[in-house]
Amino acid sequence: MIKVENVHKSFGEEEILKGISTEFDRGKTNLIIGQSGSGKTVLLKCLLGLFKPEKGRIYYEDKAIQDMDDEEQRQLREESGMLFQGGALFDSMNIEENVMFPLRMFTKQKKSDMLARVNEVLKRVNLENVNKKFPAEISGGMQKRVSIARAIVNKPKFLFCDEPNSGLDPKTATLIDTLIQEITHEYNITTLVVTHDMNSVMEIGEKVVLLKDGKLVWEGNNQQIFKTDNEDVTNFVYSSDLFKKIRDVQLKEG
Amino acid sequence: MKYLQDIGSYFLMIKKVFGSFTKTSVLKHLIFKDINDLIISSLAIVSFISFFVGGVVAIQTALNMDNPIIPDSLIGFATRQSVILEFAPTFMSIIMAGKVGSFITSSIGSMRVTEQIDALEVMGINSLNYLVFPKIVALMFYPFVIILSMFLGILGGWVAGVYGGFTSSADFIAGVQEDFIPYQLFYAFFKTTIFAFILATVPSWQGFYMKGGALEVGKASTNSFVWTSVLIIAANYIITQLMLS
Repeated sequence: MIKVENVHKSFGEEEILKGISTEFDRGKTNLIIGQSGSGKTVLLKCLLGLFKPEKGRIYYEDKAIQDMDDEEQRQLREESGMLFQGGALFDSMNIEENVMFPLRMFTKQKKSDMLARVNEVLKRVNLENVNKKFPAEISGGMQKRVSIARAIVNKPKFLFCDEPNSGLDPKTATLIDTLIQEITHEYNITTLVVTHDMNSVMEIGEKVVLLKDGKLVWEGNNQQIFKTDNEDVTNFVYSSDLFKKIRDVQLKEG
Repeated sequence: MKYLQDIGSYFLMIKKVFGSFTKTSVLKHLIFKDINDLIISSLAIVSFISFFVGGVVAIQTALNMDNPIIPDSLIGFATRQSVILEFAPTFMSIIMAGKVGSFITSSIGSMRVTEQIDALEVMGINSLNYLVFPKIVALMFYPFVIILSMFLGILGGWVAGVYGGFTSSADFIAGVQEDFIPYQLFYAFFKTTIFAFILATVPSWQGFYMKGGALEVGKASTNSFVWTSVLIIAANYIITQLMLS
């Protein structure tokens, strides 16, 4: 579980996060949605410890990140996996080395054990026979799956995903969403997905948080989001023609 | 004001490079990779330039010696002094600022643009130690490149002098051995080590703290070459003033 309490973050004069408070549950896919510039990525980077909020507290399980010493923060990062928007795979390493990287850095396992675990997670993300290829030699969707494999190889407690579907075709995007949700349930981890993709919201939004201009304006789940009358939600959700038509059909059917 | 901030940020980077070390087995692998990328891969261009510039120095000296009183051994002497004191340590370092410096900046800058550095940070790895420390260690082997450059520079001078008909082999070798001061070699290697540190850290700073996309990686590489060269020339002047005057 991750708890956020009254988090404020500014860059210069501009306040990006204006007192965000919420909870992200364990074993669920928690989605942070909002328009570009609403503060989603800044909130994610605050949660990851890449940005320090000026005010407010962020709790991992029961301990605030602000109260952790360097060693505890390092330990927390070891227990976290991150899926970046572009994959962020290391160009100079092949797929096997990329996935093995967290194991090499943080464990003292034998190479054969590490290799077995790498093959296990690659199989889990439906990738086989790509071990010796380099990131540039595989497709964007495959890179995302390798990135998921690298994020979960060290059995993390927390998984963070920054726009995991960007740049992917709808079918691959659905595959990635489904994979993230399956892994969340399988490993019982706290997963946070930053997205503005409404398909992801529909498919995996077990908890959805909507940000607007740095404020949390609504929270609920993928069932509630289509029923709420909250104006900010309707403005965001029905900004696309497809979802407007779905809403019209729903209204007609009562 | 920005220059002061940049200088501060550079020294803070150096401090962070030596804090929170990466696992030794991983670091060892990175150091060997950087020795290959930065040192071994530079040997061919260093050899080529050194040999021919040594030759040109010998020819230029010979062509400017029109007084018959001046002995032919001066060609060897001038070649040795030019190559050991300035050409090999300083000008080869400027060339390396272009080759190695832009490689370091563009590789670290590309990692910044594609979020690979963020990925390291998120994993709890000291990215500066992971990326920059192996380059500093690898470039501590740079004086060996300069030994090769010195040797090939003088050899190039000998080939050009003797086979160009400007001097005899015996006169050239006598000139190379004339008034040899071992302290000058110490001076040359001392400044080479300082230049190696500049070569490793300034381009790393340019790449690590760059912002933007692919275009900015190119700009950072150019800045890296300019600033590395400027610092090498400035350091060369200060070291020469302190050690030789």
